[in-house]
Amino acid sequence: MASVFGAKVGGSTPRRPARGRGSSLREWRWRDRIVLLAAWAAGLMLCVVAGAIVLYMAVRGIEYLRPKLLIERPQVSLTQNGSGGFLDPLLGTLLLTAIGMAIATPLAVCTALWIVEYGRPTALARLVESSVEVVAGTPDIVIAIFGLAVFELGFLGPLSSSAPNGLVVGRSFIAAGAMMSLIALPPLFVATRDGLQAVPQHMREAAFSLGKTRIATIRRVLLPSVRPNIATGATLGISRIIGDTAIVVLLLGNTLRLEGQGQVPGWSILRGTGSSLTSYVFYNSPAGEGRAPQKAYAAAFLLLAFVVALNWLVGRIGGSRASGGMSGPMLAP
Amino acid sequence: MLDWLRRPWSDRRAERLLGAAALLPCIGVAAMIAFVAVQAWPTFAHNGLSWLGPGGNVDTQLGRMVTEPHPTAADYHLRAWPLLYGTLLITGIALILALPTALLSSIFIVEFAPKAVRRVMIPVVRLLAAVPSVLYGLLGALVLAPFVHDNIISASEIASHARKVQLTGEGVGLTAVVLALMITPIMVALISDALSGVPNSWREGAAALGVHKLRATLAVSLRAIRPAIVAATALACARALGEAVMVELVSGGRAYAPNLAEGPVALLEPARSLASAIISNNEELFGAPAVKSSLYAFALLLLFSAVALSVAAYLIKLPLRKYQVKG
Repeated sequence: MASVFGAKVGGSTPRRPARGRGSSLREWRWRDRIVLLAAWAAGLMLCVVAGAIVLYMAVRGIEYLRPKLLIERPQVSLTQNGSGGFLDPLLGTLLLTAIGMAIATPLAVCTALWIVEYGRPTALARLVESSVEVVAGTPDIVIAIFGLAVFELGFLGPLSSSAPNGLVVGRSFIAAGAMMSLIALPPLFVATRDGLQAVPQHMREAAFSLGKTRIATIRRVLLPSVRPNIATGATLGISRIIGDTAIVVLLLGNTLRLEGQGQVPGWSILRGTGSSLTSYVFYNSPAGEGRAPQKAYAAAFLLLAFVVALNWLVGRIGGSRASGGMSGPMLAP
Repeated sequence: MLDWLRRPWSDRRAERLLGAAALLPCIGVAAMIAFVAVQAWPTFAHNGLSWLGPGGNVDTQLGRMVTEPHPTAADYHLRAWPLLYGTLLITGIALILALPTALLSSIFIVEFAPKAVRRVMIPVVRLLAAVPSVLYGLLGALVLAPFVHDNIISASEIASHARKVQLTGEGVGLTAVVLALMITPIMVALISDALSGVPNSWREGAAALGVHKLRATLAVSLRAIRPAIVAATALACARALGEAVMVELVSGGRAYAPNLAEGPVALLEPARSLASAIISNNEELFGAPAVKSSLYAFALLLLFSAVALSVAAYLIKLPLRKYQVKG
């Protein structure tokens, strides 16, 4: 704004900006002053709320989080002392994140590459883009219940646990992880697409003039240059997966411990049920069955620590670009 | 096999492979609508459009279905209005609270915040958007609800409500406040991005006409990004409608329809939303076909509203592209 009032008038030293009419707060009308005050109040309120949440959870976390909680397995118990730690939910969160990202990352990167680099016919490209947008806008609970309908299908039985009578239940790490990939897809896709669009056209032209094919350009030029974008998107996707509750509650069976299904080691865990940190918090909250608020606070603190760390990581990776936009892939669309 | 992968790919094969991957999200969305609609069909077939209407308590209606492994047409009886009403009420109040907060704080972040404050604000907004909903729910249920119960509800209100419904502190008003807190950062991020995308020359034009910064913001920038504001509200609304876990934890978990005519007390009464009804009945998805079909019907409504809202947001933002204002 200073450039408006401070017109340069010759000389090497720019003149001090002349104060225009209304540039002093004292000349503002009362209504405007109140709006300005309200804007400050709203902005600072967000800071205070975020600070309060982090501080409160930190106090509770330090109060209740003990190292042995991290390595003890949970137990069904009536007292808070007897209910063990949350090793299994922690492993469940890690496993879900791994499965979800393993599916979402290649899918999102391929989709973004096709849209930006090929993208013909145009109508199809637009359809793909808007369907990612629809996925981004769909509530997680709807995605969860959709996953249940899919994995209940008889022929997908080998991928999930089944009831004692042989009925396919459709609840397993594979089922939950597959649906988690839908949650992580939009931020990954948007980050990659925006990164690809930001690569200057002359880099592609240089590669083509050296006789490279499109796919070789993608592999040798484009993918290396959008790596930070993919990393940002992946971090956001991970923080979404970690924070999701509905899919875990509906699709992972919500059993406290990892319960394998079948005999094959490793695969039996993927087919089996379990819980994650979020569903552990939910289970121990007043709405769940565990009702152990101390355990809930401890697990929630761990969860918040993960989210804060991932958030910080996004800021680090984003680096210089972080000042550009705030929403970006964060909210996808 | 490995050799086939290692050899340089032809462009045509690469395009086909990438295109096939790109089709998957489309197929996913189509499958989502199809699967949910098929599962929801029985309840609509048996109830007709009166399914959406009022009549009776949803909780008891769902409870009656649980014991029926082979439901007849009569067992599908359900009137979902209390849930719809609860969803709309909570979302509506949350949006009314969130919109002005989001507008004011976006203006603050983009136009007025000193550089140091702005550098803090951006991670703060990101963090608030990233906090898991179960954590908001936990804080709402364990910290805010007891506070409301102890300090805001009077003993006479509890006594006068005792016959209708128990006032525990968890209720519509509290849920709406927490929900507003959850959707405000989304709106702030979208609105402040649009606001900072307004061409500087427009601001300078306003300043040249002699208005001060706030007036210029309100009259020029905010007016220019009106479509982005509506679009941000639509997206936030989609988030709010589908919020399950937090609402289940904080809203009191009873399909009770608060009567707004009673005045502010109604905000202390419990309610239940479509999404939270799904999560609280998730154990009955097996073995009780009527409950299952009803829950899928709730999901179908949520899915349709989410699709409609994102399409609306897209259409509303179209005119912004004409001026190359990023939205």
